[in-house]
Amino acid sequence: MEKNMEARNQIFASIRRSKERGGVKSDPKAVEKRLAEHPSGLIPKRSQLEKAEQVNLFQKMAENVQASVVRLKSDREIPAAVSDYLAQKNLPARVKLSGDERLSNLPWSENASHISLLEGASGGDDLVSLAVSFAGIAETGTLVLHSGPKGPTTLNFLPETHMVVLRESDIVGAYEEAWARIRKQQADKGEEFLPRTVNMITGPSRTGDIEQTILLGAHGPHALHILMVADDA
Amino acid sequence: MQSTTRNFKNNASEALVNDNLQEALGKLKVGFVERRAAAAEKLPEFDALRDQARDIKNHTLQNIDLYLERFEEKVTAQGGHVHWARNSHEACQTILEICQSVNAKMVTKGKSMVSEEIGLNAALEKTGLEVVETDLGEYIIQLRKEAPSHIIAPAVHVLKDEVEADFRDAHTDLDPDRQLEEPTQLVHEAREVLRQKYLDSDVGITGANFLVAETGTSIIVTNEGNGDLTQTLPKVHIVIASMEKIIPTLEDTSAVLRVLARSATGQEFTSYTTFSSGPRREEDPDGPDQYHVVILDNGRSAMLGTEFQDMLRCIRCGACMNHCPVYGAVGGHAYGWVYPGPMGSVLTPSFIGVEEAGHLPNASTFCGRCEEVCPMRIPLPKMMRHYRQKEFEGNMNAAPVRWAIKAYGFMATRPKLWHMITGVKAKFAYTLSGGKGRFHKLPLWMGEWTKHRDFPASQGSSFHSQWKKKGGATTLNELKKGAE
Repeated sequence: MEKNMEARNQIFASIRRSKERGGVKSDPKAVEKRLAEHPSGLIPKRSQLEKAEQVNLFQKMAENVQASVVRLKSDREIPAAVSDYLAQKNLPARVKLSGDERLSNLPWSENASHISLLEGASGGDDLVSLAVSFAGIAETGTLVLHSGPKGPTTLNFLPETHMVVLRESDIVGAYEEAWARIRKQQADKGEEFLPRTVNMITGPSRTGDIEQTILLGAHGPHALHILMVADDA
Repeated sequence: MQSTTRNFKNNASEALVNDNLQEALGKLKVGFVERRAAAAEKLPEFDALRDQARDIKNHTLQNIDLYLERFEEKVTAQGGHVHWARNSHEACQTILEICQSVNAKMVTKGKSMVSEEIGLNAALEKTGLEVVETDLGEYIIQLRKEAPSHIIAPAVHVLKDEVEADFRDAHTDLDPDRQLEEPTQLVHEAREVLRQKYLDSDVGITGANFLVAETGTSIIVTNEGNGDLTQTLPKVHIVIASMEKIIPTLEDTSAVLRVLARSATGQEFTSYTTFSSGPRREEDPDGPDQYHVVILDNGRSAMLGTEFQDMLRCIRCGACMNHCPVYGAVGGHAYGWVYPGPMGSVLTPSFIGVEEAGHLPNASTFCGRCEEVCPMRIPLPKMMRHYRQKEFEGNMNAAPVRWAIKAYGFMATRPKLWHMITGVKAKFAYTLSGGKGRFHKLPLWMGEWTKHRDFPASQGSSFHSQWKKKGGATTLNELKKGAE
């Protein structure tokens, strides 16, 4: 610890010495203001659209990066949509849910009683996971998920197929708008900090490390399937 | 990492006759360059975003001490630990001590150029730890016992068939008759082999693309998802990051992220952009129990306030090397240290000294493409010129080079002499080339140039005499008159 303090002090001394030598002056007021107000800069026009168009843009951008998207009218359609997808892709009828009540309380027994449901973090044995996205960013078709009691991070990476429910009302235009929502949620909960992990996910896992050929499913999911739900009913 | 930068000339000569390398480099030129151009084209605000990114980083560097202090405060408040390292040795030692404190046997790693810079793998392995690289490219070169040859595509110099051979050598417990010709088969095999490593490892080490002062957050940007598995599954997550990765806010990060992926791989956004703040919370179902950030100086604080400060804006996208004719011809290993291409030609002399790395700033045609594509608008050619000047002032060039530069300086400051000599030379060279306009082979030491390409001959008269013949202005007064 003492050694660390010595290194720390010397590094800061070196920074300040270099700045002084080069005539670089700190601006503490500007720093405080920036940290307190965290202003947004230039937002590309692409995503600044009417809601319906933003939803279409999200779908288009997500599909451009090999995610698949299915549109549903309400949450009640989720079990059947999950069942269809599993059948279509020849996947086992076993899904690990994130623990979010929105998923657990769905009428699974009515439309998808053959699917065995598990809940919680993944230890690497789950082929399919189903989670709820906190937000969708239309600009690049990006999902935003975060850790918490009902959001195991492992479900986003270990299973080969990652299914995500996204409410259309949770789709925003730009990254900055998603951050504004996270800030608000944390403030409402009385949380001083961000969740431990915030995952921005844009399409399934890929690599170009073998002769620059883009291949899906490098270490994370081979497939990202987004269930886009129109209303909150 | 041990440098072979002094041997740049030999390294480059060998690279030029290495057929496998040349085949691999041929693919690089098309892939990255075209994809970046297409991504830039699709975003009308791209150039304005580059200006903004430059300004954000300039403001950050101006106040880097204040932002680093805030970052430390925020990480600590969330139950994380910040460690400071002046140099490679301190950084490796700190990481080693953390590993030992949890009796670690195995460590998995996400891709980190800073860990290459400090020689982390060797330092950990020396004590008996098993270190496993998980980025596919890094894994391939770890098996080959090589260094990365590109900062975002570490195995870009390796051909598919070579990967197959490496996997057959390394994964001896798998069926020797298995099919492994297709890239998909190779990716699948790496996935299976590494999957168990993530689950078994005690410590996960990642780099960071950004450290956010406002929230005490470290960020990794990956396509494979390997970094996320590395930092989520083990009990301990260690981040190794150099000090200039600091950025004020999440909004600033979003702004710079818009130019990062587009410049690097030509993607609109990378598959996984992950924001980590502290260790797992009490109620979290997964995540690491410990979160450490090791912040490295290693020569960076000394660059502040100098003509090289702008280099600290670099976000390691690799666009400069993708567009560099020298990198495209010789590849990354020839540069002899961690950072290749134009950014390496500025960073390497800054970190290991111009005495050791003087060849690198000279290995540039000053074509300016690196600066043209740099998302942070770093004036790379200008900085290489600064190093050439330092080399000359420090009396470090070989005698013939100094003599030639002096002779050039003498002529270039005497216009009449210059015109006379260049005029005669132009005619002479044209005649010698037999009117073909190029030399296929030059005599004596000049033959070095024509070994790999033709030398253009002059077109019979100097630029000045052609300019004069066409009635162009030759003095400032004539130019002013012409403008009226």
